[in-house]
Amino acid sequence: MQGTERDLNYKETELCLGLPGGGGGGGGENEVESSPKTTGKRGFSETVDLKLNLQSKEAGMDLNQNLETCSKQTACTKDPSKPPAKAQVLGWPPVRSYRKNIMANQKNSSEECEKAAFVKVSMDGAPYLRKVDLKMYNSYQKLSDALAKMFSSFTMGNYGSQGMIDFMNESKLMDLLNSSDYVPTYEDKDGDWMLVGDVPWEMFVESCKRLRIMKGSEAIGLAPRAMEKCKSRA
Amino acid sequence: MSEDDERQRSPPSDLDFVSNKARNCNATGSGSGHPEFQSAYPDQVLENVLENVLHFLTSKRDRNAASLVCKSWYRVEALTRSELLIGNCYAVSPARVTARFARVRALHLKGKPRFADFNLMPPDWGAHFNPWALAMAKAYPWLEKVHLKRMSVTDDDLVALAELFLGFKELSLVCCDGFGTGGLAIFVNKCRQLKVLDLMESEVTDDDTDWISCFPEGESHLESLIFDCVECHINFEALERLVARSPSLKKLRLNRYVSIEQLYHLMIRAPQLTHLGTGSFSPPEIAGQGDQEPDYVNAFVACKSLVCLSGFREIIPDYLPAIYPVCANLTSLNFSYANITAEQLKPIISKCHKLQVFWVLDSICDEGLQAVAATCKELRELRVFPVDAREDSDGPVSDVGLRAISEGCWKLQSILYFCQRMTNAAVIAMSKNCPDLVVFRLCIMGRHRADHVTGEPMDDGFGAIVMNCKKLTRLAVSGLLTDKAFDYIGRHGKLLRTLSVAFAGDSDMGLKYVLEGCPKLQKLEIRDSPFGDAALCSGLHLYYNMRFLWMSSCSLTRHGCQEIARGMPHLVVEVIRSSDEEMDDAVEILYMYRSLEGPRTDAPKFVTIL
Repeated sequence: MQGTERDLNYKETELCLGLPGGGGGGGGENEVESSPKTTGKRGFSETVDLKLNLQSKEAGMDLNQNLETCSKQTACTKDPSKPPAKAQVLGWPPVRSYRKNIMANQKNSSEECEKAAFVKVSMDGAPYLRKVDLKMYNSYQKLSDALAKMFSSFTMGNYGSQGMIDFMNESKLMDLLNSSDYVPTYEDKDGDWMLVGDVPWEMFVESCKRLRIMKGSEAIGLAPRAMEKCKSRA
Repeated sequence: MSEDDERQRSPPSDLDFVSNKARNCNATGSGSGHPEFQSAYPDQVLENVLENVLHFLTSKRDRNAASLVCKSWYRVEALTRSELLIGNCYAVSPARVTARFARVRALHLKGKPRFADFNLMPPDWGAHFNPWALAMAKAYPWLEKVHLKRMSVTDDDLVALAELFLGFKELSLVCCDGFGTGGLAIFVNKCRQLKVLDLMESEVTDDDTDWISCFPEGESHLESLIFDCVECHINFEALERLVARSPSLKKLRLNRYVSIEQLYHLMIRAPQLTHLGTGSFSPPEIAGQGDQEPDYVNAFVACKSLVCLSGFREIIPDYLPAIYPVCANLTSLNFSYANITAEQLKPIISKCHKLQVFWVLDSICDEGLQAVAATCKELRELRVFPVDAREDSDGPVSDVGLRAISEGCWKLQSILYFCQRMTNAAVIAMSKNCPDLVVFRLCIMGRHRADHVTGEPMDDGFGAIVMNCKKLTRLAVSGLLTDKAFDYIGRHGKLLRTLSVAFAGDSDMGLKYVLEGCPKLQKLEIRDSPFGDAALCSGLHLYYNMRFLWMSSCSLTRHGCQEIARGMPHLVVEVIRSSDEEMDDAVEILYMYRSLEGPRTDAPKFVTIL
């Protein structure tokens, strides 16, 4: 008896949602019901009433038995092994709506603006680091303006008329790198240090791990790579 | 006013005695007694002695016991009880309370049943604070502290508290609703002695009022300001000034509209804080511009007394290392709104050797729990909440994490664990490894889910808990459960006071086992389980000793509940409908509780009192 009860349990208790009392506390949706009715409750109690009319009114056990037979019939339509994504039952799991709302809001805001791309910015000689969210800018110009503002108490090099290193102009580049002006460099995903401005902006945002603003003369070591790129574009 | 005074007068004349009596009456401040002109000298001495002795008695249970000794003790206990704890606001009326107790300084009041938190009950059910506020104002003008849980509080009530109680010091509202920033503004402005304003998990309407600015100027007595649940922008400059002029401030919990930079400014002004709720813990939306970014680590270094940390409402994990300096001293850490990974947790938790209370999201996975188990040997309370609270979500934590915790944190007393996969073996392991468990709440989110390894019901696991955890007083069950689980509970759960059941059991026997076997049961909340009228009847001997019984979406009928109501006059039997459908015999929600007052008069239309 216990064995069969247990077998029936899964289906039976699932369908208990349709018991008098409604699906999960009233207004909740019953996943078994595929009918367009708003709650499974009404349909189910109709079935129950039908059974009761045929039998004498006895409380308790008979009622349960009726429900067992009802549930067995309707359960066959559903595959018990892997139920599809269920309509959520009211108030289940028992997490306060306060908390649910907060988690939902967090998810929304992170989906909306995607994950921010915070990178550390250091400037040689400056006593503190900064952090910037590269997603806040849409071009090298904007980034360069922001960096200039951030470290405005220190001399910033002139990046040329577009505000970024002009890789097209070999001599301009060499001038810059020979000067004591500052140039922005960055470490990319592979761990290589590059001069800022050599790749399209979106690619830069994706690959930049952190920024370092250093004296042009120190960036000379990076020059070979930059020069290679210049040459390859010429 | 002591017995020594009495002894010096010997022999006392009637006149002296009467004047003493009168003096006694005035001194106790009770307007309720009138002088007795019978000779009751020995009783008077006794009462004086008792009064002095009972002042030291603080525990509610002790006081209740004392008041039952005899009339004399009852009277004196009533005069000296200063803190009232009323677990169900409808069990007793304000009038009855004010008639019995003369000098109340603190009131704790609870209203709605817990399942109302999960939207199982329609709003506006009741639990209004207003009648209590008015009654207290007349009877206890020296009331200092009010602590409400799941009550409906209006703006007018807040104003009343501030205006009618001149020495009002502490207000704590947990899971309350019905008020807004408008009411708060008036309250904080008029409460000149305010020490504590704690708003926790309450719904506060945004009336567009800058309530922080309404705190009076000059030095404030504030010791605790908790407003992390208030979902509105606040005036940060005003808050900063308030914190600066609150030298006694120990507890500060900010809402998510406070950025990490603003947090920094507050922390350096209040290094004496012991409890901190960090707010959003992320930069304001305009990042990377403006002034230099502060050294957050230094702010935490300065807060040498910090023992309790919470908040992290919109955390950017990059900033987490800032809290390293305080980890070693933390006894309580609440990461339950911080969606962080195991890797992000590890460097923090590995420093938290003194941690006793830890709330976290399941985003840390079993691996994160293993890290907790490795370090937090003093852990007393663990709560693991789901990031994705749906039945069919992925479950990042499982029996593996539970077992790890049980093996590492043997001092565990309280656990709340949401998961999707669980095994009896892990639960049994916890029952053996953590003998001090007082609270065991396991929520397997998929309904009727069996042991995912054996396919068996979860009966044996919960059975082991009630058998092996001899101090257990609170239990919440879930997963696939037969009547056998309830048999275990009835047999072994002798100290059980609170039991929560959902989607469990096979038949009436389940409920019968519990009602017949658990003599100390106070609060029983059941939903969606096949228990009917016959089972309900088997608890008649228990219901007057219980605070309440909640049964929703079970197999109860109206006439079954009517029988109970008829037989038990001091039980209020509420049948609650969640929608406007016609009432058939089926009972959607039954909420019944003992009461000295009979049916309440403020019940809304969807409540029928049988």
